[in-house]
Amino acid sequence: MDVFSLLPIDIAGGVTLLWIVLGLCGLALQGQPQVICRVVFPVGAVFSLALAITGFWALSATANIAVLPLGLPDLPFHLRLDPLSGLFLILLGGASFGVSLFSSGYFKGMEGDVLGLLSLEYHVFLAGMTLVILADDAYMFMVAWETMALSSYFLVTTDHNIPDTRRAGFLYLLIAHVGAIAILLSFGVMQAGHGIGAYTFDAMRASHLSSSWASIAFLLALFGFGAKAGVLPMHVWLPEAHPAAPSPVSALMSGVMLKTAIYGILRVTFDLLDVQLWWWGVLALALGLITALFGVMFAAVQVDMKRLLAYSSIENIGLLLVGIGLTIIFHVYGKDALAALALTATLYHSLNHACFKSLLFVGTGSIMHATGERNMGRMGGLIKQMPWLAALMLVGVLAISGLPPLNGFVSEWLLLQAFLLSPGLPNSYIDMLVPVAAAVIALAAALAAYVMVKFFGVIFLGQPREAKLEHAHDAGLWERAGMVWLALACVVLGLAPVFVVQQIDPVSQMLLGSHLGNAAAGWMMLTPMDTERASYSPVYFLLAVLAVMLVTAWLVHHYYHGRLRRGPAWDCGFPAQNARMQDTAEGFGQPIRRIFDPFFKIESVLPTAFDAQPKYHALSEDRLWYLLYLPMKRLVEKLSGWASVLQHGHIHLYLTYTFVTLIVLLIFV
Amino acid sequence: MSNLVEITALVTFQLAQLLLVVLAAPLLTGWVSQCQCWLQNRSGAGVLQPYRVLHKLFVKDAVMAHNASWLFRVTPYIVFGCMWLAAAIIPILAVDLPFSRAADVIALVGVFGLARIFIALAAMDIGTSFGTMGARREMLVSFLAEPALLMVLFTASMISQSTQLPRIVDALAHHQFVLYPSLAFAALAFTMVLLAENARIPVDNPNTHLELTMIHEAMILEYSARHLALIEWASSLKLFAYFSIGIALFLPYGITEAGDWAGLPLAILWLCLKLMLAGAALALLETLIAKMRIFRVPEFLGTAFLLAVLGLLIHFLLKA
Repeated sequence: MDVFSLLPIDIAGGVTLLWIVLGLCGLALQGQPQVICRVVFPVGAVFSLALAITGFWALSATANIAVLPLGLPDLPFHLRLDPLSGLFLILLGGASFGVSLFSSGYFKGMEGDVLGLLSLEYHVFLAGMTLVILADDAYMFMVAWETMALSSYFLVTTDHNIPDTRRAGFLYLLIAHVGAIAILLSFGVMQAGHGIGAYTFDAMRASHLSSSWASIAFLLALFGFGAKAGVLPMHVWLPEAHPAAPSPVSALMSGVMLKTAIYGILRVTFDLLDVQLWWWGVLALALGLITALFGVMFAAVQVDMKRLLAYSSIENIGLLLVGIGLTIIFHVYGKDALAALALTATLYHSLNHACFKSLLFVGTGSIMHATGERNMGRMGGLIKQMPWLAALMLVGVLAISGLPPLNGFVSEWLLLQAFLLSPGLPNSYIDMLVPVAAAVIALAAALAAYVMVKFFGVIFLGQPREAKLEHAHDAGLWERAGMVWLALACVVLGLAPVFVVQQIDPVSQMLLGSHLGNAAAGWMMLTPMDTERASYSPVYFLLAVLAVMLVTAWLVHHYYHGRLRRGPAWDCGFPAQNARMQDTAEGFGQPIRRIFDPFFKIESVLPTAFDAQPKYHALSEDRLWYLLYLPMKRLVEKLSGWASVLQHGHIHLYLTYTFVTLIVLLIFV
Repeated sequence: MSNLVEITALVTFQLAQLLLVVLAAPLLTGWVSQCQCWLQNRSGAGVLQPYRVLHKLFVKDAVMAHNASWLFRVTPYIVFGCMWLAAAIIPILAVDLPFSRAADVIALVGVFGLARIFIALAAMDIGTSFGTMGARREMLVSFLAEPALLMVLFTASMISQSTQLPRIVDALAHHQFVLYPSLAFAALAFTMVLLAENARIPVDNPNTHLELTMIHEAMILEYSARHLALIEWASSLKLFAYFSIGIALFLPYGITEAGDWAGLPLAILWLCLKLMLAGAALALLETLIAKMRIFRVPEFLGTAFLLAVLGLLIHFLLKA
């Protein structure tokens, strides 16, 4: 076959297949863990790169469709690669390239049989996510969705001999399936009882639902995808499953898998449903705001570094949902340019979050390998032992804090611009909601910086809190390579916003019928609306800061001197200092716990002034767990208790039940 | 040809403003201290004292803790660079400076955030008790002050339909005088944020090393000589930048256009007058009120945040 007649979708499908084959090869190579690490994972990374390039190609191409001779007899698998899928393929390929490279180094100490299974699950997980993005009928979508959920469940429970890990895995599986049922029902509503052929997305696009049925479909989809994304109150699995999983897996789950849920919401809301209602937007906006604030507040009080990042993911999902809500509102009121702006901000933030969250999660993996710790309170001063890791993590930390000139700032900037340009909506109540929402976004962003100072400061800076930290080793070459890729992505996404926005334009054109464009010609200056309203140029910004810094340093050293002596720390002349006097992770989060006290369920044991051996213990827990999940669990237990009254395990009893049922049916029918 | 002349003029104005702010910022700090001295019946060291202090610090040999990392060494330069850049974005003498297009008000808040995160990280770098305490408190102050500042800037942006400071100043200064109730709230909130962000009484006290109350000083305890000088200089630049934002938003009359040489002397005169007044007001405020306990700071800043949001809401309600 001629190579040039290949369509993007052929390549994307091929990569999926190759991943599955590669995973099976990994399983077959159980005896040679070296080969799995040095060959299987790097080759998988190359496939990721190919997928990302295919995504780029698909952005500019028209939608390609493929029908596979698999699936149900009347409903073969439909695949479709359009700009929206293309963008998420870039996200998936780009992030997983870095994570797979990192994995080649990270898993090298693992035992062969575990590693073989893991490589199978890992690559099937990647394939599952790709198929979710490519699926063009409800059946294919659900099959891919379940493949993704199950393979990630097995990945989460890699260390299944730890009871907490099994528990976390179960919780994840449970919530994933509650969500999957809702998604299935949503597809059922959209299919509207038109026979099995109507389960293709094309049929759903063509059908017209009444606004009440459309609302039901939207609510079911929001619930189902929200459960996967970690929207409040279905967020409880994230802080359990992310720490339990191996770090590259957490990186993929947080960086990429959560985005497939965002993809699902966008696909259903703007592509499959042909009407949107304003209150959907308000609902999404409100849910997003609550989720964002909740996530960042809980992130601030965490002690476990991976839990902290998991809560931070909840925050970012909240921000994405705010963007989606805003897009819906603008779209419904016919403000297409603004809708395109909000959607661009959402998609941009998805890309950003995939990069920096993957970077931070894999980084925690290196830290765990080096120190054997997840508790930040037992770390400190790792910038000396792990200089590479510290520098790369600093990039991630600055990016996630939304600081210029890195990528987190650009999407936050776009989102805030969307808020600032919003007045003039016909509904004055929504008009009033906008400033309040902008305020909450600003608060969440500022708190994120607090969280990240805590994260980086407690882990990498200060004095080591444990003696064993002196022997910590830096990340290996493969690990470094993966992280450099992700950090570079953060920098490039930050410095070239005009280029990225141009890539996103076909997606908003497809979903909303309008796109952002760039008012000012030139690739340096990002001007989403017109040059008089707002502009931002990260390249100029970076050059100016660097120039000013270098000139200052040169002037100081030239006109004065550069002499430097080392001495003991001053600390106001306080003589006896030790590592225990630094803030721990709890200490650094204490003000937040105090200020937002009502939101936490705090359990603390404080020593009195006269304790000879003072012990301090504080635990901040999620009230929702106690208010929502435990009552639900008790209810289920009670119901199953009643049901178990009927169950005794004796065959003659069951025969009696059958007989009685028969009699009753005979009487009534 | 005329185009070239225009560009040269713009760049000259930009460079002139860059030089002006960096040289004048310590003078402003000196002026505030001198006013305080007069108000408290002391004679004071004169307005030039900050320059002498900076010179002294630059001459000295730097001393750094044994375990200080590279982050600790580069932070003073980053902080200085950020603050200098912030001052360059704000229309102080003239609107329409070329660099102000590269970064709008949201980016301005981002620049302050960048400097803050680095100084907080540097404070944690040595691992002393005061350093981490300072970093924690600084982040506590900023997570409430930063959104409040953003809301103040949003109110002004909403009025002028732009997030670029030149456009905002243009809209507020060159239209006929209208009283904006939303701006009144914003001004109050901004004053509170200014006090908090510049480590001023009642939130912090720049002149104390009293262990339990300091915030900003606790973070920079380990710095000495040229590093300390740069940080002190950056602090005065920050105060200068905040005053300039306040002037640009709430007293924008007299700022000229870039390239307008004739308007320049008058603009400088106006600027000096406004800065002197604002500095004296700050000194008076600091003399009259006492420092509050750290536990009260979140309430103080929460009030500022709410006032700023209220200002924005009022803008939506009254369309003014």
